[in-house]
Formats: sequence, structure tokens, C-alpha cells
Amino acid sequence: MSEVKPDLIDVQINGEWHSFPKGTRMIEACKEVGVEVPHYCYHPKLTSPGNCRMCLVEMGMPPRPAPGSDPVEPDEDGHVPISWIPRPVIACANTIAPNMGIRTESEMTEECRKGVMELLLANHPLDCPICDQAGECSLQEFSVEHGKGESRFREQKVKKPKNVEIGPRIRLDDERCIMCSRCIRFMDEIADQPVLGFTDRGSHTTLTIHPGHELTSNYSLNTADLCPVGALTSNDFRFQMRVWFMKETKTIDVNCATGANITVFAREGKIYRVIPRQNNNVNSNWMPDSHRLNIHWINSEARLTDPLVRDEKSGNHRVATWNGAMQTSADALLKLDGSEIAVIGSARMTNEELLITNRLAKQLDAGHVDVVAREGEPDGYLISADRNPNSNGAKLILGLENPGSTIDQIREGIAQGRIKALVCLQENIIDDAGFSADELAKLDFFLTSYPLANATAEVADVVLPGACWAEKSGTMVNGTGRLQRLNKCIEGPGQTLEAWEIVRDLIQALGGGNGIYAATELFAQLAGEVPEFEGITFGQIGDLGLPLIETDERIPLLEREAERKAQGLIVG
Amino acid sequence: MSFEVPAEVETKVDQRITHYPVSKRSAVLPVIHELQHHFGFISEEAVEWIAVKLELEPIKVLEVVTFYPGIRQSAPGKFHIRVCRTLSCAMAGSAELMDALCETANIDRSGTDHHHPIAVSPDGKFSIEFAECLASCGTGPVCLVNDDFHEAVPNAAELLAKYD
Repeated sequence: MSEVKPDLIDVQINGEWHSFPKGTRMIEACKEVGVEVPHYCYHPKLTSPGNCRMCLVEMGMPPRPAPGSDPVEPDEDGHVPISWIPRPVIACANTIAPNMGIRTESEMTEECRKGVMELLLANHPLDCPICDQAGECSLQEFSVEHGKGESRFREQKVKKPKNVEIGPRIRLDDERCIMCSRCIRFMDEIADQPVLGFTDRGSHTTLTIHPGHELTSNYSLNTADLCPVGALTSNDFRFQMRVWFMKETKTIDVNCATGANITVFAREGKIYRVIPRQNNNVNSNWMPDSHRLNIHWINSEARLTDPLVRDEKSGNHRVATWNGAMQTSADALLKLDGSEIAVIGSARMTNEELLITNRLAKQLDAGHVDVVAREGEPDGYLISADRNPNSNGAKLILGLENPGSTIDQIREGIAQGRIKALVCLQENIIDDAGFSADELAKLDFFLTSYPLANATAEVADVVLPGACWAEKSGTMVNGTGRLQRLNKCIEGPGQTLEAWEIVRDLIQALGGGNGIYAATELFAQLAGEVPEFEGITFGQIGDLGLPLIETDERIPLLEREAERKAQGLIVG
Repeated sequence: MSFEVPAEVETKVDQRITHYPVSKRSAVLPVIHELQHHFGFISEEAVEWIAVKLELEPIKVLEVVTFYPGIRQSAPGKFHIRVCRTLSCAMAGSAELMDALCETANIDRSGTDHHHPIAVSPDGKFSIEFAECLASCGTGPVCLVNDDFHEAVPNAAELLAKYD
């Protein structure tokens, strides 16, 4: 199938000719060829009010000869000389035209930027040393590039409200605000809670939340990401860590089947914040607050750090070595027939972990294999009804038609004594799947792995510290059928192992040796064993993932974004 | 005290809205004027009422209300005085006129600032604020009392005595 070619228009940028599709914004055309146009108010996913004036550039058009004079002859490439317009235009809200010229490095452009910067900084408090945005602040960056070293402003700076709690998770410092209005537009156009606005317009222009309202939207923290300065900050991340000290890891969110693309910021094994990462096929540029703030348990005291084995005499758990714990488990499991063994995996596991879990089940000849289902209400934006990140992986790899549907049968089997051993990987089945401690006490042998100590671990014979999502690498298939990479951000605490390592070692203890040393090797095997994965290499998946299977699931926020893009409201 | 817009005011408002068939939002300023004319100021309840009437978010109305100094957010006195302080009047003695008016009407202006420009006398009879050019630069200092225009005001007490 040949691709439909859009109408291409020739535009000269800083002296060089390029072609872009008709309708491209000037700022996007520049970006495409690596020419940066500084901007504050413009955001491709929001409407462009053109109010910050930072993106002013010099523009030229084909000359329009006076009536009667000779038309200008085009050169051999079909371009005519550009007549430059003596006043600047904004690059964000204007689209390109044939034979247009753009100068981003001219004296006029530089003058404009200097002027805008000077006005923006006139009333800015310049409290960078105590501002969370420092290090990732557009005002700071452009001030270095385009500003003056010193202020000519000798008057009193305008005083505005500071430290205003405009919502449960967001705080506002109006003196830092440069009135770009991105937050207003985001709450208006995307989060559907239009309660922000500018009052006292003029020299006192103040970003305000309407009296009596709160920024309660579950997407409110996106405004802190959008804010080019430190006017809006996250209560959760405020004053926690300087941004330049943290290591950034591109990975995916595991709180629901959407699998929002995220960047995790960590330092010395501690995760400080999570921000959304742009992926136009998954989460656009946004993510829900509830998902991004669900990180504090990762560094909590409740983490399991060592393998634990129940002491026969005292009935208490004692710390064991990995080898010891595996041997104990293997000995117990080998005494039983496969039909007496159930394996519960997790749809929070990676594809690689599910593959090796499947192998374990085959090795044990286990009578029952399933994962725990997690259903919730979809929110109509990004949160999927399926709160497991990899249900599609579980379907493909474990061959489950309806993940979670046989959990009740496993429960009954345990209650009736038909199932004598349970291997429960990365799930807390007492709290999340309705099992009771009494039921589980009937088992001859119960092994569980999980990141946190919990009620399920208390009744288990062997408790293994399994790495959480941030401590392992692998792949997952999201609700829409997209294959995405989960990347390790930090090391797990203590003796923690990734679930695939745990299962590999257990298989080895059971007598089925194998030589897997990395999750990527498992992916290679996956590509050989599961037809849907055929021919795909780990490296191919990249940061943005690739479509793997077709599903019915659609992401409502993306559908609306596509509509607005089609209407020409946003660049997209 | 509940906020209620009398039927005749609402009729006027509805009539104003018909002037803007493309977007009701455009009617926000005329509607604000109608309500201020009736109530004397635009209260928080009035902002909410206008928002409902024009199918807007209240913040969109508040943005307009806070932009214009002529739109009051707190109740003025029975007689609202606006003293011109633009150049000609300032040179002709608008500051002195303001002081004299305040003294006569027993108004304390110390609590006023950029965001709260209006001061009201304790009896609620008079309120006062500075205004920009009232367009009679040759006859300063000038002031407005409600809708009455007074030029070259010689004596504050004499002026206020006309209002009771």
C-alpha cells in the first residue's frame, strides 16, 4: 500500500530550504529540522493562545511586486527571494506558507527574546535556590540563553499570593507564575475541571482557582509537569530532591492495563517521583495522580528483604538462604502429584516471568494455573477497567482465555483438600483474591513471593522477597495490545530477586536445569515459542513499544485528542 | 440572606443575551453591568448566577469582574463618590478633595489597596474611591457622585450636603 503523501510546502529556515506538510505550525517545522524556538505557552496538546510571545521569529514571504512591475523570477529550485517583514510573528500559532522564510537567529529575533525575557523576569522572585523547578525550569534555561545577566528593574516587584493550596496535591506560588496559561488550558480542555483562570489582569495578573473550588481532578498533577516554571509544584515531591541529583529511567506504569509511559526519578535506590512520558499511542503526555503517587510503598519498611522459611518447631518464619528456601520448596513439591499442585501467577508479571512461570507449571505438571484478576471502574480518561498491567500477556503466554476465572476453583480445591500445594507468585491472595488464612492453612505446602510482608505471607511455609515493578526489566502487553518495555529503575532491597529469577531457581531445584541469565534471553525464547511474539527482538520494542495484537480496548482520552487534532485545535 | 435577581432585572439580562447569538460568553460584560446597576456591586453569588445564566464556568466571569476597576466586588455606600486623580485633576487638587470628602463623610481610607479600592463611611451613606480621567480636564478637580458629575468642586461639605 502506498502512503498518501500530504501536500508539501517549501519553507526556508535560517537560510536552508526544507519541505513540510501543509498546515504545519512554524514552531513545529523548526523543531522538525532541529531548530529550537524557545516558548512557554505553546504546548502541542493544548490550544495555542500565543500569549507568552517568547516564540517570536522573523518571517518573510514571497515578494509582491507593485502592479505593472515585473514578476520575480524563481530560481532553478522554484524558490523566489524572500522579502522579510519588518516586525516579528509568533511561531506557535502561525502555519507555514509556500516560499515562507523563518529566521530564528537574526538580530531581530534575538532582540525580541531578550525583551520578553526581561519583562518576564521583572516581577519574577528569582528564588531559584529554594524552587523545586530549578534545573528543569524553562525560565532559567532561556534566561541563560536569551536573557541579560543583570536586571535593569529597580522598582518594587509586584506582590502576589504565595504557597496557596489550590488542591489536595498541588500548591501555587503566584509570584513565580509567568502567565503562560498552560494549566488553565489543561484543566479546561483535558481534565474537564475548568476552575483555573487569571484574575486582576494587568500588572497584577494572578492565576487563581475560583473561590470555593479545589483542584480535585485525578489529573491535577499534570499541571505541575506542564508548568514551565515553579509556580505549580507537587505537594508530594516538593522539597524532596534536586532534579539534577536523580537518575531518570524510562519505563511504564503498572497500575492499570493502559500502561502509561513514565519516567522514574530515583536516587540511591529511592524513587522520588514519577512523571508521564509522551507516547501518543498510550497516554499522550499525561497520567493520573493516583498512579504516579503509588510509589511510596516501594521504599517502605514493610518490604521483604530475605527468603523466609517456616520453622517446623516454633511455627515462626526464620531467615533462610535462597538455596535453602528453594531446596525446602522443591522437596515439598516433589512429594506431591501434579494434580495436587496449583500455581497462581500474576498479571502484574512481565511476559518473561509469565513464560518461565508457565514452564514451572509444566515441570510440576500442575493441575491449576491462573492469575488474579483486578477489576475497577474505568475513569473515561486513561485508567482502564483492568487494573492489571499485563492481562494480555497472561492470556497469550499462560493460554488463559479469561484470566482469574479459575481462582475460585483453586480455592474450592484447597478447601476440599484436593489441592495440597500452592505456589503463589507476586500476589497477595488473602487481600486481593478473597482467600482466607484458614483455607490456606489446610495446604501441605504454600509458597509465596511478594515485595511486601502481608497477611498471605504470614500463613505461607516459604516466603520469598520478589522484586517490584521498579526493580525489574521485561515486557508487558497493555490493554490495547501494545508490547512495551518495563525497565529496572532501582535495585531491590536486601536479597530480593526478580520473579523470573525465583522461578528459574525453583525449576533448577526441582531438577530441571536451565541456563538463563537475563530476562532478555527469556524474551528471545518467548519470540520462538509464542506465535504472537514471533520475529520480535527485545531491542525492536524501543521506548515507545510496538503494536502486538488487536484488542477492543480504546483509550478515551486519546480518542478525544484525535478529535481535537482533526478539528485543527491542537497540533497533537 | 439569599441572592435573588428580581424578575424585571432578569428580563433585562435575557434581553441583553439575545444581542449575542453566536456566543453567550460575549454577553458577560453587559450582564455584569445590569446586575451592578441593580445591586450596586457584583457579589460572589452574582458571579455564580451569571455563570449559570451564560453556561460558563464561574472563573470565566470572575476573570472579567476582576479586570475592570469599574466593576465593584464589595458593596458601596448609598452615594458612591469617584474622585478623578489623573494628571489635570491631580494638579488641581484631587488629593486634597479626596481628603476633605473623607473627613466630611467620616470615611477611613487606610484599609484600601489595589484590590480593595473602595472605602465606605460607617453609616453606609457614602463610599469613595479614586477614578481615572473623567473627561473634564479643564475644570478639575472633578468627581462623580453616583451618576452626577461635579466640576471644580470647591467645598466638600457643600457637595455632600446635596445628598441625603
